[in-house]
Amino acid sequence: MKRIYLDNGATTMLDPKVIEAMLPYFTAKYGNASSAHSFGEEASEALEKSRAVIAKSINANPDEIIFTSGGTESNNFALKSIAFTDKNKGNHIIVSKVEHKCIMKACKWLEQQGFNITYLGVDKEGFVNPDDLEKAITDKTILVSIIHGNNETGTINDLKKLGDVCKKHSVYFHTDACQSYTKTEINVKNQDIDLITLNAHKIHGPKGIGALYIRKGTSIKPWQHGGDHEFGMRAGTEDIPGIVGFAEAVKIAMNKKHIAYMANLRDILIKGVLEIPEVKLNGPIGAKRLCNSANFTFKGIEGEAIGGYLNNKGIASSTGSACSARTLEPSYVLMAIGLSHEQANSSLRLTLSRFTTKEEIDYTLKVLLEVVKSLRKISPFWEE
Amino acid sequence: MYSEKVLKHFKNPKFAGEIKNPDAVGQVGNPRCGDVMKIFLKVKDNIIKDIKFKTFGCIAAIAASDMMCELAKGKTIDKALKIKADDIVKGLGKMPVIKYHCSILGTQALKKAIENYKRSKK
Repeated sequence: MKRIYLDNGATTMLDPKVIEAMLPYFTAKYGNASSAHSFGEEASEALEKSRAVIAKSINANPDEIIFTSGGTESNNFALKSIAFTDKNKGNHIIVSKVEHKCIMKACKWLEQQGFNITYLGVDKEGFVNPDDLEKAITDKTILVSIIHGNNETGTINDLKKLGDVCKKHSVYFHTDACQSYTKTEINVKNQDIDLITLNAHKIHGPKGIGALYIRKGTSIKPWQHGGDHEFGMRAGTEDIPGIVGFAEAVKIAMNKKHIAYMANLRDILIKGVLEIPEVKLNGPIGAKRLCNSANFTFKGIEGEAIGGYLNNKGIASSTGSACSARTLEPSYVLMAIGLSHEQANSSLRLTLSRFTTKEEIDYTLKVLLEVVKSLRKISPFWEE
Repeated sequence: MYSEKVLKHFKNPKFAGEIKNPDAVGQVGNPRCGDVMKIFLKVKDNIIKDIKFKTFGCIAAIAASDMMCELAKGKTIDKALKIKADDIVKGLGKMPVIKYHCSILGTQALKKAIENYKRSKK
């Protein structure tokens, strides 16, 4: 059976060109970037070239990019390290109610360490209102962390406006840009962001590699201790193949034509799905939505069941709700944009990539229509 | 994640649908918690002659509903009342621990339908 992958919000296929770029660094050029011999020099050169690519992509300086093991580490690093470095200034942190789980859990842990966390609500499309943010800031606030592109609703928050509020009150601003990176502009010269979480595997790069942008002059101490890697900010021998792959993935993804390509397919998908009766799109439409993301609520049937049927037909999707075999709680993100338990459990996320084809979208639409029909036929909440 | 049997019952549920003019109906669960099951019964001489279900739920809930119907069909109502969640899980091969409640819901839906049947006969 031909398989169709529409779960690119979870992870993406490694681009063959990326593997090609990585390969020499596993076998021929396997040196430790800290070593003083030619092997080390090769590795170190690759490391700095890659750093420059990541820096350029967000208009930052290379020494403001710290490589990490991925989005989760970068988020934990930013939150926990700012909290402890700056705790003499205050103990208040502001996040939104729709952050990724790693931010939420880091915040729960920080609460146990004596920090106060404000969880800002969002509007029905998933946006954080800059006025709400301003009202929540107190003289004890040391950090604001707001997700850039939301992994469930696809909502892209306005970094410029949120950053302006933080700057006005001299509070550090961190954003988790794992989903949005290369899909919409991030430019630290005209957006006042102090820390940005980036990662590779959502943009056809390898898993296990990410970065944290730290604006020069930010008061933050290392969180992981050891050698003097990464300007002394993050200890541990650098994963050179991963870093080279990350940079290669960014180079390819920065081509703006991919955004337009994905947005076009996304809109064909959204239009087609909304032709099914009693279906609602979650999150905004147009340019304020991630170009590869769609999320729907299907009245009367559960998202996991839809996903199960699609899987049988070779289509990989993801439930908007987390009612998987791992957890039974409906998605807190969908609840935060005002969905009921029932609606949240009836949601499905489809996320595309630049490798998704029009044929795949057409086939998915055809199958989805059948699936929804047959599940509604056996639903106690659906009357024909 | 799910056993072959769970997926088989989920993909082709033999007992999905409804019975016109049923002798009894039982519905349990609420959408807040996730799953809702509705059971339709046809009973003759205390034997479950026909049984159908409608379920709002996940893969496990739909498979458990179908398995429960398979176990109940042809049984006397007293014997059907003795069907346990474990019997449904056994019938399905295995079930993720976190989805065990779907089987419990299945037995509860049947119990409710039979109670309603008994009440209607009084």
